[in-house]
Amino acid sequence: MAVQRSGESSYQIEGVYLGQTAAVAGPKEGEGPLADWFDRIWPDEGTRYHSYEKAEQALLSEAESIALDKSNMTWTDVDVVVGGDLLDQLITTNFDARSHSRPMLGIFSACASFTEGLALASLILGQGGPSTALVTAASHHLSAERQFRFPLELGYQRSPTASWTATASGAAVLGTRSSDLRIDSVTIGRVLDWGSHDPNDMASAMAPAAVDTIVRHLEAMGETQAHYDAIVTGDLGRFGLTLAQHLAAEEYHVSLGEKLQDCGEMLYDIQHQDVHNGGSGPGCSAGVFSGYFAEKLRSGRLHRILFVATGALFSPKSYQQGESIPGIAHAVAITRQEEGQ
Amino acid sequence: MGIDVRNKANPDRIRRFQDYANRIRPKKTVGINLAWAFLVGGAISLFGQGVMWAFEHEGFSSQTAATPTSIILVGMGALLTGLGWYDRIVKRGGMGGSLPITGFANAIVAPAMEYRSEGLVLGIGAKLFTVAGPVLVYGMAMAFVVGVARYLLGIS
Repeated sequence: MAVQRSGESSYQIEGVYLGQTAAVAGPKEGEGPLADWFDRIWPDEGTRYHSYEKAEQALLSEAESIALDKSNMTWTDVDVVVGGDLLDQLITTNFDARSHSRPMLGIFSACASFTEGLALASLILGQGGPSTALVTAASHHLSAERQFRFPLELGYQRSPTASWTATASGAAVLGTRSSDLRIDSVTIGRVLDWGSHDPNDMASAMAPAAVDTIVRHLEAMGETQAHYDAIVTGDLGRFGLTLAQHLAAEEYHVSLGEKLQDCGEMLYDIQHQDVHNGGSGPGCSAGVFSGYFAEKLRSGRLHRILFVATGALFSPKSYQQGESIPGIAHAVAITRQEEGQ
Repeated sequence: MGIDVRNKANPDRIRRFQDYANRIRPKKTVGINLAWAFLVGGAISLFGQGVMWAFEHEGFSSQTAATPTSIILVGMGALLTGLGWYDRIVKRGGMGGSLPITGFANAIVAPAMEYRSEGLVLGIGAKLFTVAGPVLVYGMAMAFVVGVARYLLGIS
């Protein structure tokens, strides 16, 4: 185990491994192209719960239980839980933590919370702290709507750049015991504000942060995009992918091209599911990574990815007061251990 | 609003990025939206007119028929909101669905359904007018201004 700093905020990690992961998705997500990759798909948005906030907690709790079951672990094997969500005062993560009562680090980077959790857990595990961490993130479409937008039944038109907060959760076990997937390096993102004001266009606010983190990570590690099979952003969506590719190529001379994929763009069938720019929310990147990308790595279809979830750091108050929208992105490089390594 | 540079990054880079984003950002389909707004708003208005004629046929005057017509339209808007259909009408029709009195009903009933989970007082009571509030506030303020103007101009 070791952590070695490289550059301004990048760290090479040794001896930290990604164990089992689990993803639970809502009904709309379960109708999307990634349906086969989720561990569980809810038949409805959780109408059996007293509130959609409670439904979101259940969504998180199910992903955690499945991840632990797959690992043949119980809660007492978890040294620390690192998790985040979108709701005020982090009620999903913290209220869910009442039931497991494990040491808890609640974190917030909006939709970038999952990679913030992976990065943070890798850093503390890599320095000989806890030896097993459970990293989580969750979001629920309907609880996010009521916090950030309008009442559900109020009629209004979404703009073409608006994203659809995913009903999804993801949980990943990180440990110091060797397994197939290794955490290679992490880069802690910095907050960038390039003056975007429209909460219905988070792609413009997050694309600069995503590119900044990707470029800084590659520079610090002395790598190029060719070192990765895929560079996976969180929820830039269709518009944001174009923005990020353009920005990286024009301003930083990094040609991301087809290597750049986006969880929000992949989660739904954008043509037919009426989600405009694509999916968003902490659960979007957490679910797509835990379900799809982790499995692609395990099966050897992918060998090395850079996972860069992106977050738009605004609140309903901040944009009503005319503040611009800052963005952030944290990066985690994950490699499949080949035979004999 | 000017671009606010918070990160001491190259301001030209930020300007170039925002220019590019503005150029390729997907635009609303204004023409189609206007056509839908006309059709949906027109259909609701036509329905309202039909109800009004029905009342007039039953012996109401054109003045007295207005009130029961409004009540019926508000009831329809509330019912369709409760059934979860009105938001789909507005999704297509935009302001054509929001502007008629059925849209006002939607703006009241939607928060009532939404904030039920926070209780009768702090939920429904406090938040019933979160959407319709501005319409009421500025509608009444405007009515006051017009009323004063009428009085001062001596129009009775």
